[in-house]
Amino acid sequence: MRVVFKTSYDKDIDLHEHGQSRAKIAVLLAVMVALPFFVGNYYLAEAANTLIWALAGMGLMVAVGHTGQVSLGHAAFLAIGAYANAALMNAGLPFLLTFPIAGIITGLFGAIIAVPAVRMSGIYLAIATLAVFVIVEELVILLEPITGGVGGIMAPSITIFGISFDRYASLENFYWLCLAVVAIVTWGYANLMRSPTGRSFLAVRDSEVSARALGINVTRTRALAFGLSSGVTGLAGALMGHYIGFFNYELFSIFISINLLLVVTIGGLGFIQGAFLGAILITAVPQAISIARDNLVGIGIDLSGIPGLDTMIFSLILIGFIIYEPTGLYGRWLKIRTWFEIFPLARKDMFRRQKSYLKTERMK
Amino acid sequence: MSLLDVNDLAIHFGGVKAVDGVSFSVDEGEVFAIIGPNGAGKSTIFNLISRVYQPTRGTIRFDGQNITGFKAHDIAGLGIARTFQNIELFDHSTVLDNLLMGRHTHRATNFVQDILFLPKVRREEREHRRRVEQVIEFLELEAYRKKMIAGLPYGVRKVVEIGRALAIGPKLILLDEPASGLSVEETRDVAFWIEDMRRDMGLTVLMVEHDMSLVNQVSDRVLAVANGQPLAMGTPAEVQAHPDVMAAYLGTGAAA
Repeated sequence: MRVVFKTSYDKDIDLHEHGQSRAKIAVLLAVMVALPFFVGNYYLAEAANTLIWALAGMGLMVAVGHTGQVSLGHAAFLAIGAYANAALMNAGLPFLLTFPIAGIITGLFGAIIAVPAVRMSGIYLAIATLAVFVIVEELVILLEPITGGVGGIMAPSITIFGISFDRYASLENFYWLCLAVVAIVTWGYANLMRSPTGRSFLAVRDSEVSARALGINVTRTRALAFGLSSGVTGLAGALMGHYIGFFNYELFSIFISINLLLVVTIGGLGFIQGAFLGAILITAVPQAISIARDNLVGIGIDLSGIPGLDTMIFSLILIGFIIYEPTGLYGRWLKIRTWFEIFPLARKDMFRRQKSYLKTERMK
Repeated sequence: MSLLDVNDLAIHFGGVKAVDGVSFSVDEGEVFAIIGPNGAGKSTIFNLISRVYQPTRGTIRFDGQNITGFKAHDIAGLGIARTFQNIELFDHSTVLDNLLMGRHTHRATNFVQDILFLPKVRREEREHRRRVEQVIEFLELEAYRKKMIAGLPYGVRKVVEIGRALAIGPKLILLDEPASGLSVEETRDVAFWIEDMRRDMGLTVLMVEHDMSLVNQVSDRVLAVANGQPLAMGTPAEVQAHPDVMAAYLGTGAAA
């Protein structure tokens, strides 16, 4: 087990405790940057898709994982981001402007929604966000001049300083663009979580009553978290619009919301890394299913006629995680890592959660 | 000069008069204890002072300021910290983070600065950390800095909660049953800490406590309440000898 000898508070404040962890991230980033040189277009597009899902997952993670606000409406924020970006680009603005503006618009929308919504919690908030989703879906159809209505809208090709970042014509560039956005957002997210703002999110999640006693304005904090969450999701939506190319309201269905929730729960609630692991799973499983399906046809089993197979497999995975690994993929990874780090000393019950019987007199 | 002035405080939940006409004032640098049988309204008084509940009647003045209309989250900024009877820590964070959360009222950066982690944020973090480290040293929590709350024993959690309240840097600290569930040794530690808070940190302490040995040891004055009404106020010995208090605890037969 690695023990870091700390000689200053900066060691704790820094993002990485030791050089090894910093090096790991550098290597990962290098591999990601170099990916277009190793894989073909099909897998590169899948990688870009995974990055976009990870971005959206990070957005939802702020709300669900770090502030404890379950949202079933995040597909709406993806939609707002996508439409705002595409509509502004169609109006002639460059991507470098429309992209952040799309994020800000979505963030503001989320924060405004949050002001009444955050007074609810748990399942009630989930239902309220579901209502927001339905309203946004209707709005998209009604605002036909901007959104193209039922017919849909074309996300224009991205050009920055004369270089094309088109999803088809120059996929590598589009991939690198996604990677850059994801890297920047991840850095900002990690910064947030080591700062007073991030700590206030966690405080609100774990105990509202003591958060208030510490001087944290719970309503404002939750609204801020929800706004940041929807803003990042809006950025993901803008990229998703470009990834798909031509889209209408059907792209942002309730299943996208549910899949996003899967990303954060399966990935590991409360871990930034969880958003990435969840995104990898959610984008890889449909591929794995279709590959398996093709191979099964070869041995005489035809599953193509069964509708909803993907959904069923996803549900089984989710149920399995909730029962056997509530901390998600990242939680599992932490356990495996600890097992190796303290090698012969790991015990079976080390990670068993201690039940807390003391949280009775909850004051609302 | 009195730091906290509670005047004719009352809160009624429907027909239940949880607190009814309680008045007391706590002087600066004093250790003031509220005792009373279960359901007497002690914690409710705390919740009224920390603005969780809105009183039906009466005023609360802190440092000369009427805080009766303040919001719960404005209280910490004035310099009032509190602990909870049933430990309300942030279970999925480390001890260090819990204590740092206590520094919230001192934050000087906004969320944009935080996201960019500007040099100012780092400077502020160092300062927060330095202050928290003083609390850690005071309460001897060094061994638990990086431990998750969820895995800590009860006694340590109790201490962490006191630490989080101290991290606010308060003038007045409200301790809701600081010794409940603690061993004899741990209770003795709490007594020493309360003494030190008063002597070294210049804090005023208002506490609710059942453990009479602790109350006798540390408190200057005691207020006994029963059924939401004040019974007696005075030194610990005076209050314990008061016939109404004995009646409330032991039944009327004992007083006779």
